[in-house]
Amino acid sequence: MAETTLTHTSPLDRPQGLRGIAADWASDQRAFKNVSWGKAMMWIFLLSDTFIFGCFLLSYMTARMSTRVPWPNPSEVFALRIGGQEIPLILIAIMTFVLISSSGTMAMAVNFGYRRDRRKTAILMLLTAALGATFVGMQAFEWTKLITEGVRPWGNPWGAAQFGSCFFMITGFHGTHVTIGVIFLIIVARKVWRGDFDTGRPGFFTSRRGRYENVEIMGLYWHFVDLVWVFIFAFFYLW
Amino acid sequence: MVDVTPADAVPPAEVGEMELYHPHSWWTKYVFSQDAKVIAVQYSATATAIGLVALVLSWLMRLQLGFPGTFDFITPEAYYQFITMHGMIMVIYLLTALFLGGFGNYLIPLMVGARDMVFPYVNMLSYWIYLLAVLVLVSSFFAPGGPTGAGWTLYPPQAIMTGTPGGQDWGIILMLSSLILFIIGFTMGGLNYVVTVLQGRTRGMTLMRLPLTVWGIFTATVMALLAFPALFVACVMMLLDRVLGTSFFMPAIVEMGEQLQHNGGSPILFQHLFWFFGHPEVYIVALPAFGIVSDLISTHARKNIFGYRMMVWAIIAIGALSFVVWAHHMYVSGMHPYFGFFFATTTLIIAIPTAIKVYNWVLTLWRGDIHLTVPMLFALAFIVTFVNGGLTGLFLGNVVVDVPLSDTMFVVAHFHMVMGVAPILVIFGAIYHWYPKVTGRMLNEALGKFHFWVTFLGAYLIFFPMHYLGLMGIPRRYAELTDMTIMTESARHLNSFISIMAFVVGFAQLVFLFNLIWSIRHGREAGGNPWRATTLEWQTPQTPPAHGNFGKELPIVYRWAYDYSVPGAKEDFIPQNVPGDFAPSREPA
Repeated sequence: MAETTLTHTSPLDRPQGLRGIAADWASDQRAFKNVSWGKAMMWIFLLSDTFIFGCFLLSYMTARMSTRVPWPNPSEVFALRIGGQEIPLILIAIMTFVLISSSGTMAMAVNFGYRRDRRKTAILMLLTAALGATFVGMQAFEWTKLITEGVRPWGNPWGAAQFGSCFFMITGFHGTHVTIGVIFLIIVARKVWRGDFDTGRPGFFTSRRGRYENVEIMGLYWHFVDLVWVFIFAFFYLW
Repeated sequence: MVDVTPADAVPPAEVGEMELYHPHSWWTKYVFSQDAKVIAVQYSATATAIGLVALVLSWLMRLQLGFPGTFDFITPEAYYQFITMHGMIMVIYLLTALFLGGFGNYLIPLMVGARDMVFPYVNMLSYWIYLLAVLVLVSSFFAPGGPTGAGWTLYPPQAIMTGTPGGQDWGIILMLSSLILFIIGFTMGGLNYVVTVLQGRTRGMTLMRLPLTVWGIFTATVMALLAFPALFVACVMMLLDRVLGTSFFMPAIVEMGEQLQHNGGSPILFQHLFWFFGHPEVYIVALPAFGIVSDLISTHARKNIFGYRMMVWAIIAIGALSFVVWAHHMYVSGMHPYFGFFFATTTLIIAIPTAIKVYNWVLTLWRGDIHLTVPMLFALAFIVTFVNGGLTGLFLGNVVVDVPLSDTMFVVAHFHMVMGVAPILVIFGAIYHWYPKVTGRMLNEALGKFHFWVTFLGAYLIFFPMHYLGLMGIPRRYAELTDMTIMTESARHLNSFISIMAFVVGFAQLVFLFNLIWSIRHGREAGGNPWRATTLEWQTPQTPPAHGNFGKELPIVYRWAYDYSVPGAKEDFIPQNVPGDFAPSREPA
């Protein structure tokens, strides 16, 4: 597998800044000199996925801007009655807090992974997965609440039918991403816990040996899902 | 292979050897193989098989158009189903899959000097999901109501309404599901191709030493990874409209005198999403063809490609520009005149890098030692056909010319010339060129020449008359043309003539298929490098190359891919892995 570091030249020998980028792209073997195959693949996948979410969000904005029926007010729709008081967006605020916290625990897991601290890495990854699962759980709660209030993909009591369609489609697609992330977090955490990355145990399907960098690649995906949520939060709930 | 390696000429290896999964059984060697070369053959075979279905569909369409009323089983509904499935299969399941999944898988690792794609397991999954997508597509022929007849662009609202075949049955659901699967499968393969080119090259192989084939496939794959998301989103949204009754694309509408439940959706939104994918898709098919044809011309004219760097930058420029032209497919949908102006301008600007490529091909041929082999014949035919189709593109790119010509046979003639016939000619040329590497034997040349002349001349006899019919105003997508007053006697004859030629060309493809199968056993032994070509795939120790491609040591690259007829050299070609001390090079400094 592709190592992350240059084996033969020290970073000091290489030109810096833009000249360095030009030199790397003009060179043989690798265009990104300190990037492994797995990491490069994840970045390019995330770029492609950005276009998917971008198309979803643009379609939602088109629907919202072109509709002639009033758009339901998100502050009222997504309010919870707590202690006899309507608090707007409270559940979404908690969900956002939980997901962003999970990015923090993920970053810590990556750090401990590179220090070869198996125990802390695995625990932090499982904590990240638990926070992610909490997020999905709260999303399920939110869906249930809206459905009981009469929101359907094809209509709702308050206004434009596209409100429900866009809401279920976009949060559903994002929630699927989070769920897939949780599953892979658990799988990678198990590998870390078992010491697969220390012993060089081949993967069950791929028969390739994994490295602690896999924790970081997992982290890239997780931070991306988190970042996408920030955009969904801004464009769907705050607009 | 030269075993002397001037150590200081080429940087040392940065990456350790790739771990390969070596198959233990027949199943893992030939069926669930992780070898990119086997995956390439699987992709190609599947794409060819589904392509034959599309060929038969085109025959059925031409039967109806050329001899209306003669064949009772071709109802107007069936005609629309044939047209839809023919278009979708050809564009997505044949051309995209064959160029990227077939040629991409076979040629990228070999040409960049890699053992395999960087993630062979994911690469294998890519094929199996593609196969699943094809099976879902085929299943729609047997579903109640048959396949969708919405036209290959699947425009809503008609795509999911009662009058359209498959609109309220299974057809459209299976079509959209199949596309979603295709995109998932393609993404897995596409990521592999991109990372292999960027991060998996051998020592000495810089980006500016890549054969243009790799540049074409690489750029097309990057474009596909950015364009398919729009189609994915459009498919998901239309599927929700159809299955859950949402109104993303469906406006308030009356069907059979009844108000439908839909309300407030935008059909134009679908068109934007579809063509944001659809226009880059034209170049996803064309760029690999550009790349391959450059290599064929250089090899068979024994001359270095003219203006290599300009060729590379033209590929990149075309790829980038093709993302800002999509609304030229929507002039008749109506748009602000300034938008029409913008999209017409960007469309015409694409002619500049494209013309650079055409000039460079011609200048490569200029005073070359041209061998009229079968691959070369197809390459030359491509240049002519592509220029032809490209020129009518200039007509259609202008708003005022496009509006009257839109939805006539002129459009059919244009896109069949430019993205139907032209890339398929390259596919044939490429198969004749690389078949010896895949099987170790040459394809039969006499049959190849017969196949070429019938296909090339026949394609012109089919599509050239369509330009005239289009200018007369004969519409496309009509199941029956005879009753129109503009359909004169001579136009009717021309129309029947097109149908007969379609059959002739179609049967020539059966000769090609026979050649493919017959030559596996009976073809002339090819040896390792029958075309005396420079690129790395011809320098492998075994032919066909073994798993891992290059034997014990990976090749080291010392020069570009186009050292043909270098003055002072002993041979008229110098492979890329021959050190500079042993032979001069014409690589641009």
